[in-house]
Amino acid sequence: MITVKEINKFFGENQVLKNISIKYTPGKCSMIIGASGSGKTVLLKTLVGLLEPDSGEIWYGDTLFSSLDFEGKKSIRKEIGMLFQGGALFDFATVEENIRFPMDFFTDWSREEKRERVNFCLKRVNLVNVNNLYPNELSGGMQKRVGIARAIALNPKYLFCDEPNSGLDPLTSIVIDQLISEITAEYNITTVINSHDMNSVMEIGDQVGFIYKGELVWEGDKNNILTSSHKVLNEFVFASNMAKKMKEMMG
Amino acid sequence: MKNTLELFGRYYLLMRMVLVKPDKWRIFWKQFIIDTEKLILSSIPIVAVISVFIGAVIVIQTAYNIENPFIPKMYVGYMARESLVLEFCSTMIALILAGKVGSNISSELGSMRISEQIDAMEMMGINSANYLILPKIACSVIFNPLIMIMSFMVGLLGGAGIIIFTGVITMGEYTEGLQYAFRSYYIFYSMIKMSAFSFVITSVSSFYGYYATDGSLGVGRSSTKAIVVSSISILVVNLVITQLMLN
Repeated sequence: MITVKEINKFFGENQVLKNISIKYTPGKCSMIIGASGSGKTVLLKTLVGLLEPDSGEIWYGDTLFSSLDFEGKKSIRKEIGMLFQGGALFDFATVEENIRFPMDFFTDWSREEKRERVNFCLKRVNLVNVNNLYPNELSGGMQKRVGIARAIALNPKYLFCDEPNSGLDPLTSIVIDQLISEITAEYNITTVINSHDMNSVMEIGDQVGFIYKGELVWEGDKNNILTSSHKVLNEFVFASNMAKKMKEMMG
Repeated sequence: MKNTLELFGRYYLLMRMVLVKPDKWRIFWKQFIIDTEKLILSSIPIVAVISVFIGAVIVIQTAYNIENPFIPKMYVGYMARESLVLEFCSTMIALILAGKVGSNISSELGSMRISEQIDAMEMMGINSANYLILPKIACSVIFNPLIMIMSFMVGLLGGAGIIIFTGVITMGEYTEGLQYAFRSYYIFYSMIKMSAFSFVITSVSSFYGYYATDGSLGVGRSSTKAIVVSSISILVVNLVITQLMLN
């Protein structure tokens, strides 16, 4: 479980996160949604330690993660997998080398064992015969799937995804969403997804937190997000014409 | 002033992250070999070409400036050797490498920074600064002095070549000058300078690339700053080392 207690973050005089408190539980896809510039990515990066909060606490189980230095965070980070918005695959490495990267650093597995694990992860994300390709030879969807394969290479306890559907068509987005959801349930991972895609929320949003101007103003799930009376949330959820028509049909 | 101090502070903190024992030596050596091929071996052709021409020009200029018949022509070879070993093969080659190697390093790391590849490494618990930068510094500090030796020999050959083509002096006078009052300490001095310059080039370029921001524009800016700051730093370090070792 990840417990966030009253996180605040400033960039200069601009307060980007305001007293955020939330809990993320294993086996669930927890989503952080909000408009662009609302603080979603800052919150996600603060959760994983890429940014330091100015105040507040972040607990990973019984460990106060936010107070640890780089060396201290290492042991927790080995249990974290992260999918970045652009994939963040290493340009200088093939698909196989990308997925093997954390194994090279943190395991003493033999070459064969690593290759088996790479092939297992690729099969899990429905990719075959791509081991020797470089990231620039892959489509956007394939890059995201390789990113997921790399993120799960060391059987993480925590999975973070920063806008996993960014730049993908609707069908591929659903594939990625379902993959994340299946992996979360199968391995009982604590998954936190940063998104502004309402389709993803309705697909896999077991727990949804809505951020507005740096504040966590609403919490719920995909079942009650459509019937909430929260004004700002409704403006966000029903912003598109399609969503407005759906709301009219729902009465 | 405050910005300059902050810059030095960030550089110092980055070097503290870089100059630690690698997490896995096997991975370090693999990256060391890759960087040696990319930064050192690929620089040999351009260093060789420049050295040939520098050696040739020094011989011609020295020969045409020695008009006094009481000054032996063998001083042409002597001056060529001293100029090459003391300054051109270390400082000038380092300034050229600051452009070629420095821009390569800063743009590579800058691109990795803006595409979140460095963040991805940090997320895995890997000391990205140590993994990416230490092999570059190590291979440059170790092998660039050898590049300097190569440059020195090729420069002397360039001088010999121009003598054959123009006949400004005889080959016998040239070789007599090359051997006259030779001090091996100057080779050691130049190698020390080259090692120091290599550290400056790789560390400064890595610093600007590692902390690049603002997309592709920022990567370009960091590359430019890396070359400018490296070049100025080389000149300052040159002055300090010369004062310490030759005074």
